[in-house]
Amino acid sequence: MIEFRAVTKRFPDGTVAVEDFNLVIPSRKITVFVGSSGSGKTTLLRMINRMVDPTDGDIEIDGDSIMSKEPVALRRSIGYVMQNSGLLPHFKVIDNVTTVPMLNGVPKKQAREQALELLDTVGLSRSIADRYPSQLSGGQQQRVGVARGLAANPNILLMDEPFGAVDPIVRAELQQETIRLQHELDKTIVFVTHDIDEAFLLGDQVVILEKGAKIAQVGSPNEIMAAPASDFVANFIGTDRGKRALTLKKTEAGTILVDSEGRGAGVLVGGSESA
Amino acid sequence: MTWIINNLDLIWGLTLEHIRLSIPPIVIGFLISIPLGWLAYRFKLTRGILLTLAGLLYTIPSLALFVILPPLLGISFLSELNITIALTLYAVAIMARSVADALASVDPAIRQSATAVGFGGWRRFWTVDFPLAGPVVLAGLRVAAVSTVSLVTVGILIGVQSLGYLFTNGFQRRILEEIFAGVVMTVIVALLIDRALVLLGRMLMPWTTVAKQKAPAPALEGAPA
Repeated sequence: MIEFRAVTKRFPDGTVAVEDFNLVIPSRKITVFVGSSGSGKTTLLRMINRMVDPTDGDIEIDGDSIMSKEPVALRRSIGYVMQNSGLLPHFKVIDNVTTVPMLNGVPKKQAREQALELLDTVGLSRSIADRYPSQLSGGQQQRVGVARGLAANPNILLMDEPFGAVDPIVRAELQQETIRLQHELDKTIVFVTHDIDEAFLLGDQVVILEKGAKIAQVGSPNEIMAAPASDFVANFIGTDRGKRALTLKKTEAGTILVDSEGRGAGVLVGGSESA
Repeated sequence: MTWIINNLDLIWGLTLEHIRLSIPPIVIGFLISIPLGWLAYRFKLTRGILLTLAGLLYTIPSLALFVILPPLLGISFLSELNITIALTLYAVAIMARSVADALASVDPAIRQSATAVGFGGWRRFWTVDFPLAGPVVLAGLRVAAVSTVSLVTVGILIGVQSLGYLFTNGFQRRILEEIFAGVVMTVIVALLIDRALVLLGRMLMPWTTVAKQKAPAPALEGAPA
């Protein structure tokens, strides 16, 4: 469990990225921070591994304040996956994946064996182990990034817009992989995105953020869609328009659901078809 | 060609001497440039001071430097040490700047990524920042190396033997061929050292030469359900 307690971050230039932020992130679930740029979502994420330190307030992991921990050791105990994979371009794939275990002093041979297994886990062939990141496609690089994040077997995995730079088809694949991995490995995942569809797809808990990391709404995707807390949320998730504002339409062939443009979006299945 | 053929031993001897004199300033200059370049890269204040000093230093003619250094350092005018120190200073003047530029050329996202996975400052510098700065550092090193090889010839004016001897001796005795031999051999030494540095760079930085393309073989396995 990760707990933010009255966390504030004021940057030296005076901008307040986060103000009085409180949140509990449950263990072994995916929590998604979603918001536009300037919502402070990445700052929140980076506070968890002390890439950014709060000006005020405290963050606890399983009851222990992270402020009492040594940043470098803390970072090695938390997986981190970022946009554009963040792989070290001068390390081969295998060396990228073994980076953190090696920093932690795991013997090289053992680290490499685990790394090869991790390549299997993230759906990559072991044959790419000796390639450099520049020789891989964007999707493959991102998978290696995930493998690296998992290499030290951390309980917590931070993912900072990890799929922002890959094409939609690969992104969809990677999203499914993330869900699968979470089910298999049971990690606490904190995920940052500006894409509400991605947030709803992945999140057990979705945190919608306004400017200054003000929480607009927290809840499961269903809760948020069923009852948006404000116009901001309704507007952000799009329940007031487009493909999420569905209405029933009777046609000669039967009843279908249409979006706000009148395009068919699906059918209602089960008992409610009588409408 | 007669003069050259009759003096092959002399030319060969001077060439070896020339190489021997060239290497210490290049190596020592390189080692000194790393911390200086880092200082110039890291702090705005030191950047201004160091780079201005380096620029000024390079404008001092080498012969003048050979004359200034001995009284400052308490060494002999005619010593080899005098040359080595002077040429090291020139090498530093070139390389400190290129190390600073090289470190600045490293993608900040990669730096941040390395910090995020748990590299401490010192370890990150040597395993991430410095290797990634490598290609630009190498470019500066190559300029410094070639410049050093050419400056070594000036040492003959204070009596330190090198291929420069062929210039002065050939000039005094009006043997054009001898001067020509000196020029050609100096160029060859410079090219050889440059080539060696490029090869060393390829060996130490294998990632810079791999083909930047997608893997030919399908590397994705069917995602397990």
